Amino acid sequence: MTPLRPDLAAIAAMIPDGARVLDIGCGDGSLLEHLVATKKVDGRGLELSQPNVNACVARGLAVIQGDADADLHEYPSQVFDVAILSQTIQATRHPRTVLIELLRIGRRTVVSLPNFGHWNVRLHLGIHGRMPRTQALGHAWYETPNIHLCTIADFVALTRDAGATIERALALSASGRTYPMRADSWGPNLFAEGAIFLLRPVARF
Amino acid sequence: MAETAPKFLRPLSAPGADVGRAIGFGPDDALTLDCGRSLESWTCAYTTCGTLNAARSNAVLVCHALTGDQFVAGAHPVTGKPGWWPAMVGPGKPIDTDRFFVVCANVLGGCMGTSGPAEIDPATGEPYGLTFPLVTIRDMVRAQAKLLDALGIGKVLCVAGGSMGGMQALQWAALYPERVVSAMPIATAARHSAQNIAFHEVGRQAIMADPQWRGGRYQKDGTQPSKGLAVARMAAHITYLSEAALQRKFGRSLQDRAEISFAFAPDFQVESYLHHQGMSFVDRFDANSYLYITRAMDYFDLAADYGGVLAEAFRGIRTRFCIVSFTSDWLFPTIENKRIAHALSAAAATVSFVEIESDRGHDAFLLDEPEMFAALRGFLNAVAQSEGLE
Repeated sequence: MTPLRPDLAAIAAMIPDGARVLDIGCGDGSLLEHLVATKKVDGRGLELSQPNVNACVARGLAVIQGDADADLHEYPSQVFDVAILSQTIQATRHPRTVLIELLRIGRRTVVSLPNFGHWNVRLHLGIHGRMPRTQALGHAWYETPNIHLCTIADFVALTRDAGATIERALALSASGRTYPMRADSWGPNLFAEGAIFLLRPVARF
Repeated sequence: MAETAPKFLRPLSAPGADVGRAIGFGPDDALTLDCGRSLESWTCAYTTCGTLNAARSNAVLVCHALTGDQFVAGAHPVTGKPGWWPAMVGPGKPIDTDRFFVVCANVLGGCMGTSGPAEIDPATGEPYGLTFPLVTIRDMVRAQAKLLDALGIGKVLCVAGGSMGGMQALQWAALYPERVVSAMPIATAARHSAQNIAFHEVGRQAIMADPQWRGGRYQKDGTQPSKGLAVARMAAHITYLSEAALQRKFGRSLQDRAEISFAFAPDFQVESYLHHQGMSFVDRFDANSYLYITRAMDYFDLAADYGGVLAEAFRGIRTRFCIVSFTSDWLFPTIENKRIAHALSAAAATVSFVEIESDRGHDAFLLDEPEMFAALRGFLNAVAQSEGLE
């Protein structure tokens, strides 16, 4: 097994052994495969790209082709210990709805996202007056799948709006290292490339 | 129950081929059918491949489609041709007979040795014909469960099948979830669509319109509704292919002539191909059997048995599923297969779903489709591993 990308390793560290996990936007299945192999999780995946899905299934993973925007309502409430949305929320059509669905499906929800408040992004737009293209956000504006980018502060506000409690928050550096952060402080919103949140729904389900 | 020799309607053309086995069941194993009638004495013909391990934990049940039979891997003793799923089942294949013990039974209502309309009714000594009770997919599955009981197999590692075989795999999981570790329903649906019922009705009407059918009593009268059955097969065969595949294979090419004939003999290659499909089918299949089995598929609606909610059929199920569809299959399109995957997700079941890019239509599931093999091999490996198999 190839070593896990650092941000995925940080997510993996948040998952308890033997948990029932739903990974939405599971890509080629690296995180799921790692979780199944090292933590004996009961893992499922939902992935938009059919070639990715076929590759996952050939690796023995339980993955179905589907769309976070369209298919999450099919899943029953609170049957997964953890629902994971890794580097995907910014590519959904309705991030708020998707987040609310995740909080309904999972007893815990992990969301990782790129930070549009990073100083380099601000510099691109503020100084050059052009849409930012950075290491974390490499697409030109006209072809980016990231149609709903936000800053860490924006996402924290959304979690409050969606009725979630932030249990843990990690800042991601450009090198992929993670640091614990205070979700509401200005520092990470300026200096972190991205962030990982461990969320708990308020008890309404 | 007693082991008997399988009886076939047609003479064997490959006497060296394995004819498989058959088990005769008596009143102790009477089958109570969905139609309300029961079969007190009935037969199930089947083949096996590979070796059952000491723990009896490596059995894979393969379910055949409408016109298939129990000869899944070995040579067919009647036609002399290879089994119907050689790319999938065999040594080193995705359903690896070096690892797994494969069982394949002729379905109830079939015509290759399992009780069906062409068999002799023990009560009268004459062929059943239309006096044979209407059977359902669930009846077929109940019969297979009795066969596995007789073989001493409790749990199966996997139930696999395409098309009507996939319907049986779904019905198996819904009816006997504790006996099914995993299921591979391929190119199938949880209910037969209106369009598919319509196609089946065309086939049945073609058979019944043949004067030789004689109200279903053709065996007694010594006739064969061959033309009707051939037309039914020709119409059905079109639905197993795709426009692209037909175009690629035949286009508008003419058969054995340079110009169109201004007559109704087959001018086009696609016509003579269909004629050949129809005529060779008649040599191996029984017309009444075709009526019964198409009806069983028409009646299949798994959700209807569970208050109209498909997810309810799988509530609390531990069976692992791998569902496969093909992009060009318009008979059992991706959307029908995806419906099953979504219902399983809603039931919190463990499910994989892959759609395979292919222009070969519904029949793709029988053909060499490497991407399907890779997915199913990976799935079955993971299942075998979790069950502690080598």
